[in-house]
Amino acid sequence: MNENPLMNTSTEKPILMIENLTVEYDHGLEAVRDVSIQVNPGETYGLAGESGSGKTTLVLAVMRYLGSSGSIKKGNIYLNDLDLRSLDDGELRRIWGNEIALVPQDPQSSLNPSLRIGDQLAEVIRQQPGITPAEVKQESIAWLKQVRLPDPERVAASYPHQISGGMQQRVLIAMALSSSPCLLVLDEPTTNLDVTTQAVILELIHELIHGQTMAILYVTHNLGVIAKYCDRVGMMYAGELVEEAETLSLFSKPLHPYTRGLLDSVPQLGETKDDLLLRPIVGQIPAIGQIPGGCVFRTRCPIAIDICREKPPLFYAGESRFTRCHRWQEIEQGDVDPHQELPAVKTGSNGNFTRSASTLAVEGLSVTFPVQRSLKEVLSGTPRNAVNAVCDINLEIPPGSTLGLVGESGSGKTTIARSIMGLQETYSGTIKLHQLELPDRLSRRDLELLRLLQIVFQNPGEALNPHLTIGETLRRPYIRLMGLSNEEAARKVTEILTDVHLPPEYAGRLPGQLSGGEMQRIALARAIASNPDLLILDEPVSSLDVSVQAAVLNLVGELQADHQNSLLFISHDLAVVGYLANQTAVIYLGHLMELSGQGDLFQSPHHPYTEALISAIPDINPQKQKTPVQLEGDIPDPANTPGGCPFHPRCPRYLGEICSTEFPTWQVDGKTGKSILCHIPLVELAKSQDQLAQKGNR
Amino acid sequence: MAFLALTILLTSLLVFIVTQWLPGDVCRIILGREAGPGAIENCRIELELDQPLPIQYLNWLGDFLSGDWGISYSTNLPIFPMVMDRLRNSLLLAMVTLVIAVPLAVTLGVIAGLNASKPIDNTISVGSLAVVGLPEFVTGLVLIQVFSFGLRERGLPHLPANSSIPPGTGFLEALPMLILPAMTATLVLLAYITRLTRAGVLAELRKPYVRTADLKGLSRRTVIVKHVLRNALLPTITVIAISIGWLISGLVVIENVFNYPGLGRMMIFAIDRRDLPLLQAVTMVTVFGFAIANLGADLLYGLLNPRIRIK
Repeated sequence: MNENPLMNTSTEKPILMIENLTVEYDHGLEAVRDVSIQVNPGETYGLAGESGSGKTTLVLAVMRYLGSSGSIKKGNIYLNDLDLRSLDDGELRRIWGNEIALVPQDPQSSLNPSLRIGDQLAEVIRQQPGITPAEVKQESIAWLKQVRLPDPERVAASYPHQISGGMQQRVLIAMALSSSPCLLVLDEPTTNLDVTTQAVILELIHELIHGQTMAILYVTHNLGVIAKYCDRVGMMYAGELVEEAETLSLFSKPLHPYTRGLLDSVPQLGETKDDLLLRPIVGQIPAIGQIPGGCVFRTRCPIAIDICREKPPLFYAGESRFTRCHRWQEIEQGDVDPHQELPAVKTGSNGNFTRSASTLAVEGLSVTFPVQRSLKEVLSGTPRNAVNAVCDINLEIPPGSTLGLVGESGSGKTTIARSIMGLQETYSGTIKLHQLELPDRLSRRDLELLRLLQIVFQNPGEALNPHLTIGETLRRPYIRLMGLSNEEAARKVTEILTDVHLPPEYAGRLPGQLSGGEMQRIALARAIASNPDLLILDEPVSSLDVSVQAAVLNLVGELQADHQNSLLFISHDLAVVGYLANQTAVIYLGHLMELSGQGDLFQSPHHPYTEALISAIPDINPQKQKTPVQLEGDIPDPANTPGGCPFHPRCPRYLGEICSTEFPTWQVDGKTGKSILCHIPLVELAKSQDQLAQKGNR
Repeated sequence: MAFLALTILLTSLLVFIVTQWLPGDVCRIILGREAGPGAIENCRIELELDQPLPIQYLNWLGDFLSGDWGISYSTNLPIFPMVMDRLRNSLLLAMVTLVIAVPLAVTLGVIAGLNASKPIDNTISVGSLAVVGLPEFVTGLVLIQVFSFGLRERGLPHLPANSSIPPGTGFLEALPMLILPAMTATLVLLAYITRLTRAGVLAELRKPYVRTADLKGLSRRTVIVKHVLRNALLPTITVIAISIGWLISGLVVIENVFNYPGLGRMMIFAIDRRDLPLLQAVTMVTVFGFAIANLGADLLYGLLNPRIRIK
């Protein structure tokens, strides 16, 4: 790597210095107000905040990449004494890709789809002075090797769509680091990746930057990632920096009610809804034009008082600690507590549901998708290849109970949901509702069956018809499925809106006028309106902000307690599933790998895949970090599933031939009642996993 | 390729059936109103119109494929050379039009896209739209007025107003006569291609990979040429290729204004005279032209877009 002349070697002087930065957009609204941040050499500074907090705007302003609609209104940005605001376009382009580099959020769209990977990487390396084309090629390959891409020559010759998301992100990391920048900006670099891929990428970044003198600005909404990898944290809310502290002190004693609220609203691994209710922050992040005067958080703050109508300054609260709260001293001394303990709502049916007949029973469900053949293959009679999306899945949900379905993208969890709903054209196996077999297609199901089976999708913005008012959307199930008159339905709509904690006036609004959290409440209300026996929730909170997620999850629990529906809760988030579900099924490549009861999901023994999933989640307690089990490679192409155990090519506990040739059998753990599909005896699994857990707690 | 063959086969069947349905008896048209029933009957036997329809179709298709396109009812000349001569003219006009239209429209579109919502973009967008709103016979006449009569009145070198090139004229000889009709056709295509290019550029500029390229420190020029245009022009190329079909056979109005002997006018002629074999031949050539243009567009798109490249 070439030596960077601008690189500051003294540890005294910060590399990046942002002073009182205010960023304004065309419409005169300030997306970032009066933010000052310093990042020192070798330091990783975490910039945390939810969507709408202004963190992305801040980072774009720092890189001077605001586009034509935004501009820096006030303040200064210095990169090693260089005034970034004074640069013109030509000078900026010498700084970009040389002193400042970015690893973006969405690797897929951040690479040019019609250029080869090698060419795109070479564009950065070619800028080194006096480098020959042969050296460019050589160094490109070396960098692809550095980010641990298997077969770098082949990757260099590939187009972006030919490699997986995790591999694309490695390429972008190589691009960013190959210019040896003095400021590296990581903008949610793993948000769009699966948990296990996220773990591997984060460890890779961590390793590559270890010991380097560059300054790192890490932007993310994921507090666990911040707790694990950052030295200092800045918490952004509604365009302002509300708290700044060293990671350890921020997480152990947050001095701003917003930080505290965010930490409290995430379910911890192992917490369940019977232990405690999640504590959401009331309301939602104000839109950029509606930020309250005074303290920006006061409308949502549980401890707001009169003085909060005045704008709080950034109080100095001890060494390298700042908070923008009038009452920080009271919080520090424990005189006020923004944390409200909420008692758990007993759902009543837990534990004693096993005897009654199950609401839903899925027996031997398999779904295969035929692969399109080319004309040549059709003519030459090549047999039709098939993708096994779901293989021989057996599930049961007792009345009033919740089954969590966990898996990464491509594992087949949505296909299972679609099959149950009748949206999957063909499947084999049987799906029974109250012991009666369901017709496979939606068109063959009568209205009563539709009433009994309802689903909530991941993205409410797309699932709700944008041209129907909320009232019209909610009236439909009452009129069509329940046979009520228009007037009765209208009355019911008011009731259900109250049930999901929304004012009745919302009936007249359009989905576009609602926030994401509110829209998801409407989607929940619509699904629950016909009082279904089985409600499927497909990633219902994945598209929502953390502070809003908690409220929706609590609502799900509450509605279930009232209506006693059975739930199938699909998610990639183990903490959320563990919190809400009475039973959890882990699937990988369309196969069921593990089935565990309430509270047992995080108890050993684990299936090696579950173990990797659990270890991949960064804890929001900086002192309780585990070393993630790193899974090699990517989820295999479902068109050529490996023989034997489907997990064997990536399994860190691979035994030998038996795993690659024989399909494992189910083992039941005597202690927890867990079922695990693995060749390794459960006793051995439990023993080594417990040892690892001891060692991992650093 | 198989789909192309199937398309053409199906349309040939369609063309055949439709022409069968057309009102009026062919022999009656050829022989005139006073012909006796015997003469009509002889004529029908001679033209094999007494055969069952499927046989007629297969005969017609077989002849057509072997290059025997029959004799025109109205001119009594062999159809194949007639149509080929017109096809050559139409291809010439299409080519000249593309040479003028594509660089002009793409350049304007790229300029408009890169300067979205600025005065230059508004000028280009409004200007090209204003032109496309005018019918071809208006723009054609205006062009004749300016570049032919206008220049001639001032004693300047001018372009001919009449483009009726005689059969067998060489390309260079014909070129001056091609320019005005090609410019008229260009004005029709211009707004469409320009707007599509502009939209393509705008859509690509918003994509994150442009930011990646910018932040690599590449010059703006490199970012635009190497990264943006490559993706932005994909839809434009497809539309240009498809428009070739229209250029070959759809320029009826322009051909009439300039008196240009192209396929479009031949089709109108065949319809006027109920000249079924000629009509069938022209239609088949047109269908073939469209099919080839579409196939070319698909192949080109596949070639330029690695995401759907055929392995």
